[in-house]
Amino acid sequence: MSKLVIASIGPASSVQDGGRPGAQRYGLVPSGAMDRLALAAANTLVGNEPFTAAVEVGPFGAKFTARGAVRIALAGAPRSADIAGRAVASDTSATLDDGETLTLGFARGGSFSYLAIEEGIKGEPMFGSLAVNARAGLGSPYPRPLQSGDELQAKAASGAPERRIELPAATDAPIRVVWGPQDDEFADETKKLFLDSEWKISATSDRMGYRLEGPVLRHLHGHNIVSDGTVSGSLQVPGNGQPIVLMRDRGTSGGYPKIATVISADFGRFAQIPAGRAFRFQAVSMAEAQAEARRFAALLRTLPERLRSIESVDLNIDALHDANVAGHAVSAVDAGTWHAESLADMAGPD
Amino acid sequence: MAATLPPPRLLPSGDSAITVEFSRSIDDAANRRVLALDRAMAAEPVTGVTETVPTYRSLLVHYDPEQVDFDKLGAQILALAQRPVPATTRTRRWRIPVVYGGEHGIDLEDVAKTLNTTPDEIVARHVAGDYRVAMIGFTPGWSYLSGLEKSLHMPRRQNPRLLTPAGTVSIGGVQTGVQCLAGPSGWHLLGQTAVRTYQLHRDPIFLLEPGDNVTFVSVDAKTFAEQDRAAEAGEFIAEQIAS
Repeated sequence: MSKLVIASIGPASSVQDGGRPGAQRYGLVPSGAMDRLALAAANTLVGNEPFTAAVEVGPFGAKFTARGAVRIALAGAPRSADIAGRAVASDTSATLDDGETLTLGFARGGSFSYLAIEEGIKGEPMFGSLAVNARAGLGSPYPRPLQSGDELQAKAASGAPERRIELPAATDAPIRVVWGPQDDEFADETKKLFLDSEWKISATSDRMGYRLEGPVLRHLHGHNIVSDGTVSGSLQVPGNGQPIVLMRDRGTSGGYPKIATVISADFGRFAQIPAGRAFRFQAVSMAEAQAEARRFAALLRTLPERLRSIESVDLNIDALHDANVAGHAVSAVDAGTWHAESLADMAGPD
Repeated sequence: MAATLPPPRLLPSGDSAITVEFSRSIDDAANRRVLALDRAMAAEPVTGVTETVPTYRSLLVHYDPEQVDFDKLGAQILALAQRPVPATTRTRRWRIPVVYGGEHGIDLEDVAKTLNTTPDEIVARHVAGDYRVAMIGFTPGWSYLSGLEKSLHMPRRQNPRLLTPAGTVSIGGVQTGVQCLAGPSGWHLLGQTAVRTYQLHRDPIFLLEPGDNVTFVSVDAKTFAEQDRAAEAGEFIAEQIAS
């Protein structure tokens, strides 16, 4: 057995996987990775099933020291990364020798990176998942965000050749939504305002919800509705008219009108938008959203076909690295807000 | 012959869930239809459906858009929702002990004042109620109960509290509820129960089901403390009684 010892880590970092659906009728949200494509890519690089548990690294830096050799892969938000001074590009695998330290910089142009470990993180699944849901006391090996000194048991590195993975090019296209379930609580002009405006994600955001900053969206009949079920991507509008997009650790029910829902294929891309960067929404039809969902599922299934040997791109690594450190936006999640009781106006039963 | 039931509204919740809405307000008949549809979908699984989440007035149906699309699933749901709601369904009934007032229910005195009566009278009315779990939501085990007596209906607090104790029994609007975990709440806190509606490493992890019947019984602080220790060790504390 080898292990990764966490020498340092910022807030908003936790073990996540595909989550634990199936108990939302009891108020238990599935949790799971904010960006499922990045999680799946990192796992695919080290030969794991796509939704194997990995470390979801928040916007801040982190250092992991290997005891015994450990093979890892990194995908998601661009950030600087090196093992004992050797640069590690995003979307590649790499191996730490005994005693070496992997150093991750701040996320640049995204929020979450995924550090997958060959054969996964060892832990005790609850409801079939290791994903951390601190409020529910769930998650393994630690039922809370990761801290310095934590240890992740890992298989000794196989020595398999390192890989890179070719993912579809990143895009700044608008985040697509379908209207509903309560878009009839808003006037047509308000829906138009929603689509025609630039939005920013507030720094007071977390895995429960992302607060949006933009024009005030007025309700037709007030902001209290009888609680109904929520999904990841529900765009609820509380009394102050500033929408909150419900994320992976959302409450399973909520009592504010939901004007629209982020389509599942765009959810991870939305989750990665850094705080303060302007973006727009675009409404699409249900047929288009479902076609995109099917395309996204096909992409996840075919990730192994996108693996490449690493030698063939030696010349491009610098370019990839440069691309990864481009961008100046700050992250969606900052140290000051992550542990706050947070989102008081979406919290509480109603 | 049952009269034709008004069809629910099918509202899209993204590309992978449908909100099946029976009413816009809290409505006992609508909640019964929600629970009946939930049972029907559990009894006869529909292709592509991954999970159902009953709430007061709607059933959220999660599904896999690779297996079934909105229109096809919607049509199947509408057909199931046309089935008559069973007049009687076999339900479980739980008796839940509550220590009212004092540090366990810090709003009891204020509620009594607001409603121009005594704390004892509030407790008497609350334990006299016959409740049903209309939904479980927000956080694990947070059970929303319908059936609160009209004289106890009162608006929620202007300023929700960021932290209320685990096991709190409270009232808000037309509802009463039992929460399992400490957390934010804008309801009025009447008391506390040792019953864990959610407890890991116990079988079952979740004690209450949507549709279960619930009554409360008042206990003193000493009994609560004993029950709390037993509950921590995995005992249900809530008594299942004949329906």
